[in-house]
Amino acid sequence: MEVLQNEDGRTEKFSKPDPPLQRFLENFFESKVSTGAFAVLLLILILGLFAPLISPTDPYDLAQVDVMDSRLEPGSKSYTGMTYWLGTDGAGRDLLSAILYGLRTSLSVGVLSGLIALAIGGAFGLIAAYFGGKVETLIMRVVDIQLGFPAILVALVLVALLGKGVDKIIVALVVVQWAYYARTVRGSALVERRKEYIEAATCLALSHQRIVFRHLLPNCLPPLIVVGTLQTAHAISLEATLSFLGIGLPITEPSLGLLIANGFEYMLSQRYWISFFPGIALLITIVSINLVGDQLRDVLNPRLQK
Amino acid sequence: MTVFIIRRLLQSIVVVFLMSLLVFVGVNVVGDPVDMLINPEADQAEIERVIRHFGLDKPLHIQYGHFLLNALNGDLGKSFIFGMPALKLILMRMPATLELAFSALILAVLIGIPLGVYAGLKSKAKVSRTIMAGSILGFSLPTFWVGLMMIMVFAVMLGWLPSTGRGETVLVAGIELSFLTLDGLSHLLMPALNLSLFKMSLVIRLARAGTREVVHQDYMKFARAKGLSESRLIFVHLMKNILIPVVTVLGLELGGLIAFSVVTETVFAWPGMGKLIIDSIHLLDRPVVVAYLMIIVLMFVIINLIVDVLYSILDPRVRLQDMKT
Repeated sequence: MEVLQNEDGRTEKFSKPDPPLQRFLENFFESKVSTGAFAVLLLILILGLFAPLISPTDPYDLAQVDVMDSRLEPGSKSYTGMTYWLGTDGAGRDLLSAILYGLRTSLSVGVLSGLIALAIGGAFGLIAAYFGGKVETLIMRVVDIQLGFPAILVALVLVALLGKGVDKIIVALVVVQWAYYARTVRGSALVERRKEYIEAATCLALSHQRIVFRHLLPNCLPPLIVVGTLQTAHAISLEATLSFLGIGLPITEPSLGLLIANGFEYMLSQRYWISFFPGIALLITIVSINLVGDQLRDVLNPRLQK
Repeated sequence: MTVFIIRRLLQSIVVVFLMSLLVFVGVNVVGDPVDMLINPEADQAEIERVIRHFGLDKPLHIQYGHFLLNALNGDLGKSFIFGMPALKLILMRMPATLELAFSALILAVLIGIPLGVYAGLKSKAKVSRTIMAGSILGFSLPTFWVGLMMIMVFAVMLGWLPSTGRGETVLVAGIELSFLTLDGLSHLLMPALNLSLFKMSLVIRLARAGTREVVHQDYMKFARAKGLSESRLIFVHLMKNILIPVVTVLGLELGGLIAFSVVTETVFAWPGMGKLIIDSIHLLDRPVVVAYLMIIVLMFVIINLIVDVLYSILDPRVRLQDMKT
């Protein structure tokens, strides 16, 4: 895509097409809603990334946590004078800090599993589309069969068999997601494969590897990016659900789902905030990713381009 | 047609077979089979007796044969906690889950279709935009958190609805049902609504898209030109045509509802098989976990098989395409 930009001198003679990246950015930020969502998402990513630096206390440092401060309402002060803006949980942890740390865990598990699934699923999709024949039939059958089962069920089976742990949750999320990527990549690679530039590359006797990774893959990226964003939101939600059920991340790595689960028992005694605020954080994260993903889909879809 | 069904049937059998292999390997290789099969509180003599009884000293492929043979005879082990066959335990809990799933499905249709049709007919109106924004939220909101918030508002703060359990049930043909008593219905309402939210958003979107497409068709214009009343136009001419995709998708999604009821059942302490599996995982009641996995896989394979066959009857292209590959 950048090649066009490098030929500045020549492209000006024509009706001066906008560079693709600039056009993409213009289209993307056209809608106020998605610009807002993007800003929120950026903020969330920064908060998650720098959680240890930003949060007022380290909620998992026992020296900083006092049981005397447990279950305080939002806005109340600890006896050392610090304000708990979002209240404290059952163990006396500052809820704001716990949410920031939880956000960090949720985001990293979601993004990491998404990237691994993208690599694996993308590779299988490309292989299926490029080589076709028996290989394609086999891969796509497996994909079809897996997609016949709901994601939560596949995850449940794996977690029940593998047990708890960060690595196991990531494995489960990767297994759940790879099939979506494989199907997406295969779909667009099948279309791209018939185009002339692939034919040209084949005529130049380039290696399979080079054609697949340097020519085919970059042109399959747009739908992959869209699916990737939406799948990451899905993965974060699924991880929160599993953690809420108590079969996800262990207590040593508390994600937002686990925070919500911890607040469940206090909710029945009207202490709503322990579950409420982590849920809001989770909700904002998922909604902003979904909105950005939706806008990406509209902007990157060539059929909708003006 | 027959060839197609036979092929799909064979494929389904292969899937069930592979899943049994996966569960077996998961239980016997990844984990310690002694842990999996014996009550953690058993003493040494008991452990040795069980190892010999289950043939755990024999080679793996012979063990797998045993596992398959027992499973085919409906013997999936005995629950440690309840002291009864795991299979029977799960089948006892199944009606509660099915009742919840079907209630959610009905709610999704009854609320989703009118909202979707309205949003499609008046796509510029403020109400329609609110409906569509709501459906985006419905897709994004984590089910379990919405359930918690519902409990907080309607059970804790307002005290209108009970938060846990099934309430009073009526025995119909040996199956306990909640929705026939007022108390049971009040227990059912919140979990069913919670479970249906996601599907409701889906129905709203399908109904809206369908409506916007159908409204501009010639037969709608003709019907209007004929002077038919607006209500007849919507309820007969429009409804009939948008229902086909909605019904198709909902049929496919029923399985999803059953799977997702795991979450709703845990939140509302609904005594279905979803809650049973989560409890069993926590209590390390492994025979129940294995039995649940096998049953749910079998259930899904059967649902998918039925959907595939129905599809191929409705749309012969699916069948032909399958023949070619």
